[in-house]
Amino acid sequence: MATQVVMPKLSPTMEEGQLARWLKNEGDKVSVGEPLAEIDTDKATMEAQALTSGVLRKILVPAGETVPLGQIIAIIGEPDEDISGLVAQAESDAAPAANKQQIEERVEAGQDGAQKELAQVVPGGARTQETIEGQPLKGDVGGQATTGAAQAQTTASDKAQATATQPTDGGNGQRTGGRVVVSPLAARMAADAGINLQTLAGSGPGGRIVKRDIEAAIKEGQQRPQAQAQAQAQPEQRAVETRAQQPAPQFQQPAAASASPYRDEPVSTMRATIARRLATSIGPVPHFFLTTEIEMDKVADLRQQINESDKENKVSVNDIIIKVAAVALVRHSQVNASFQDKVVRYYERADIGVAVAIEDGLITPVVRAAETKTIGQISREVRALAERARARKLQPEEYTGATFSISNLGMFGIDEFTAVINPPEGAILAVGAMQPKPVVRDGQIVVRQMMRVTMSCDHRVIDGATGAKFLQTFKQLLENPLLML
Amino acid sequence: MSELKVKPLKPRGPSAAPASAGVVTERGPDEIDQAELRAEHQERQQHLHASIEGLERETLLNMLSQMVLIRRFEEKAAEAYTLGKIGGFCHLYIGQEAVAVGSIAALRPDDYVMTSYRDHGHALARGTSPDEVMAELFGKAGGCSAGKGGSMHLFDRDNHFLGGHAIVGGQIPLATGVAFAAKYKGTDQVSCVYFGEAAVNQGVFHESLNMAQLWKLPCIYICENNQYGMGTALKRAMSLSDVSQKACAYGMASEFVDGMDVLAVYEATRRAAARARKESQPSLIEVRTYRFMGHSMSDPGNYRTRAEIEKYQERDPVKVFIESLKQKQIVDDATIKEIEDRVRAQVEHAIKFADSSPEPAPEELHTHIYANPIK
Amino acid sequence: MAVITIREALNQALREELERDENVFLMGEEVGAYQGAYKVSKGLLEEFGEKRVIDSPITELGFAGLGVGAAMVGLRPVIEFMTFNFSILATDQIINSAAKMLYMSGGQFKIPIVFRGPNGSAYQVSSQHSQALESWYAHFPGIKVVMPSTPADAKGLLKSAIRDDDPVIFLEQERMYGLKGEVPDDGDFTIPLGVAEVKREGTDATIVARSLTVPLALKAAEELEKQGVSVEVIDPRTIRPLDIETIIKSVQKTNRVVIAEESHPFCGVGAELSAQIMERAFDYLDAPVKRISGADAPMPYAKNLEKLALPDIERIIAAVREVAYL
Repeated sequence: MATQVVMPKLSPTMEEGQLARWLKNEGDKVSVGEPLAEIDTDKATMEAQALTSGVLRKILVPAGETVPLGQIIAIIGEPDEDISGLVAQAESDAAPAANKQQIEERVEAGQDGAQKELAQVVPGGARTQETIEGQPLKGDVGGQATTGAAQAQTTASDKAQATATQPTDGGNGQRTGGRVVVSPLAARMAADAGINLQTLAGSGPGGRIVKRDIEAAIKEGQQRPQAQAQAQAQPEQRAVETRAQQPAPQFQQPAAASASPYRDEPVSTMRATIARRLATSIGPVPHFFLTTEIEMDKVADLRQQINESDKENKVSVNDIIIKVAAVALVRHSQVNASFQDKVVRYYERADIGVAVAIEDGLITPVVRAAETKTIGQISREVRALAERARARKLQPEEYTGATFSISNLGMFGIDEFTAVINPPEGAILAVGAMQPKPVVRDGQIVVRQMMRVTMSCDHRVIDGATGAKFLQTFKQLLENPLLML
Repeated sequence: MSELKVKPLKPRGPSAAPASAGVVTERGPDEIDQAELRAEHQERQQHLHASIEGLERETLLNMLSQMVLIRRFEEKAAEAYTLGKIGGFCHLYIGQEAVAVGSIAALRPDDYVMTSYRDHGHALARGTSPDEVMAELFGKAGGCSAGKGGSMHLFDRDNHFLGGHAIVGGQIPLATGVAFAAKYKGTDQVSCVYFGEAAVNQGVFHESLNMAQLWKLPCIYICENNQYGMGTALKRAMSLSDVSQKACAYGMASEFVDGMDVLAVYEATRRAAARARKESQPSLIEVRTYRFMGHSMSDPGNYRTRAEIEKYQERDPVKVFIESLKQKQIVDDATIKEIEDRVRAQVEHAIKFADSSPEPAPEELHTHIYANPIK
Repeated sequence: MAVITIREALNQALREELERDENVFLMGEEVGAYQGAYKVSKGLLEEFGEKRVIDSPITELGFAGLGVGAAMVGLRPVIEFMTFNFSILATDQIINSAAKMLYMSGGQFKIPIVFRGPNGSAYQVSSQHSQALESWYAHFPGIKVVMPSTPADAKGLLKSAIRDDDPVIFLEQERMYGLKGEVPDDGDFTIPLGVAEVKREGTDATIVARSLTVPLALKAAEELEKQGVSVEVIDPRTIRPLDIETIIKSVQKTNRVVIAEESHPFCGVGAELSAQIMERAFDYLDAPVKRISGADAPMPYAKNLEKLALPDIERIIAAVREVAYL
């Protein structure tokens, strides 16, 4: 039976071979082990030997050609055997490719096998590595700015302690380029005891904070509960306490009266991680998007009623949306928020930025404390602001410091779109056109005025569920405006 | 069988004329003299015919079967290598079959055999299943070393095959130690170790021969002189290239044997085994042989002329043995075909077995490091 | 309990194991007629004869390989290197044959062999005769490495090593052969391989020492106690397998570590210990692990330079004070 001669693998790394010279001619007798051809591999010139005996019936690859591993290069058979089938098969592309693939798969299986084995053996190693990597992280928690809770707990006594423990060499010797130098043990002890390493001077070499420094700090801390209590009594300091400790938060009064009061909450470790990771994944503000469809018939009715009662001051659907958004924002302060690197800032008021298209761009004048204003007030304010915007007469305080923005492209017939957040705001709502659509209500297909909105959220402050809850309220209020009362 | 039908061509060692102080041979540094070799081969042909008469037909057929098995097995291994089924190094034994088969046939099953990395032939001659040898080459769990040793490290404790060892000469002191143990325990077992002529240049060859003769250890040192240490011809690497003469330095008995003649190897080993068993004396046997393939599968063998290879192929040990057996009417074509068919089936089975044997389990990476592991 | 030297303890262990198991034999240069270059094998030739106690030619690679071969077929050789400096000639057989045989034969051939002899520094014998090689051998999976520091450990561990089914590198210390200590009289007294010993308990710092540096560490600990520093001294005794748990437990208690060794620091056992402590007890460290090692230089002949090249009590004390921030 005729057999195919394939380009053999003649070195461990060979992928293709050049047929240097045929040592037999078509029609020559060959026997097992006899050299058929010389092949140049990546390593050397090798002889390809016949693996079967017979007559070299057909040479398919002439001397000088380079072909991949597994390519059929010749056919050996009986002198009078019909080899047309094999020749046809060899000349079609599929067979050589399949051969090559087979050889390569075997070679790779060997390699992969090893890798798989390694991969399966590695888990133990990987765990070890996790542990190793986990530990420096712990060290970081203590070492770098102590973060989160520890800092919050000790900020109150920062000043007093910093004065008390100021090293004599004229500065915190333990800081090298802003980094706290601390032994791993001391870092862990500090984290456990909630001690801010920034406040300590190390007694080790180069100001390294070591075990005894933490022990001393703990001892000192126990002797000064009084001083700490006094420090905490100051309202300014209380602002940094967590909400759990302070159910009725007091808000800082901002310097500019035009901006919303806010309270700063320290960025938790988790929050910092979310911020860092998401920012790394997409740009500095990691966006995500939530879309919902809202039935607007009642809003349309409400608008009609308002406009019938006061024909001088007609309101738009967008004015109602601003009002509703503001009410919902106050109910969901997590969305009325801003990522401020070390803290997340939660605003007390809903200052709504309203995107206004102007001749060569876009500006977002702000409706301050929209939740406190009537729809009519909002309407008048928006109109005035838009006019001033188009006239380029807006003052900076009129278009900065929004806590949330709304962009409405419904008037352009846009069904649905996504808007880009205007930093440092936490979110922006993109409002599409209101249009009649068939919907199912109580098992019946009816026509309703539907509107699609998409909220872009800054994932550093807003998570999927918090955003969704806000939108849920927003939708409920629009679908039942009476709930606002 | 009668002793010493034909005298060794170049008797050496204590029984021969003692080496002169200057260790000068008449033709200077030994060279492979083709004319002389041919003459030797002629003489050997007659020897072969003569010694066949002294052996049982069954013994002869067994030897032939083993030689054919090794030849076909190695051809199949070469094929499997080109198909990517065998990785790493693969040193084939084609051309040297008479050495392992002839010598191992002269040993008892409880004697010990140890060799270098060119070890497929010895394992098969020793009785290791072709299935397990092929599976080992394939790196499979069913291999004779559980897939951890590979081509160069075949081991088979049940058949007293103490392995292939891959540092040139590394097996020589090990086998010396095996002989030491046999003598220590008072068994009359013999340790037989194979190495290439290039290993003779390693210090440990000389250290081992010294100890073996000093302590009279039952060890047979078989130098498979295939005349090339990888790509370097013997005469380019050894000042005195007559290997059997090296034994003189230690007062050890030695012989030079034609490695293309399976029965010459058999007889020389028989003599050495008897010397080891009865007198507890070591021997060095230089077996002049030739590998028909490259050093390993990735060696094109460019350093040898085609003419040289062809000269040796005329003396192909398998072919020569078959011809002699036919002339003596021990076998006919039908018997040969029968053997070939049986061997082909064995080798095909070995490939199937190796293909279907599972890969070693991942946890095998960490087993067999210690016999008494301590956590 | 008798008070004997390490030399006598080793001699007892060899005698008892030669008596106990016919398959045990001792081979090496000058182990027989000469009674051992350091007299460890004193009297054994007379007692057990030339079959069991064998003077070898000076042929380290050869007799190391012979031992491994004998172990393959069931004997339990004890191969003595006159000093471990000469074992360097035999490393092919120790590493390529002994360490790997079980593995590459798929579990078929175990190698129950002990390579023993003095390791480390001697007195003014210069570069080729004063070096500690434990990190070489400990590097390779398949070998066990033992380093006793007391007569009791020497005896108990050597007996375990001879009974063990794996190749064991048993490293004695020439300067310590005369060191005396109590050894249990029980003829079947052994100490398991792979178990560290807390040689002294303490709370402020841990010294991990082995072989020559164990007595130095103990003296340093005594001195430090007078200075009000409580030091724990741990001797791993077996370098491979390493009882890291005992060391980690101590580090978790004391938070500070000094490693004392006479070998070169680079890629040494101290470096390995330091890495493992960092990996496993990072959060417990109050100071970087400190190594006191032999100099990173060949051993000089001159007495003053030789002293500088070796760890001493003063340097160990200074290191402990450094990690304890004193």
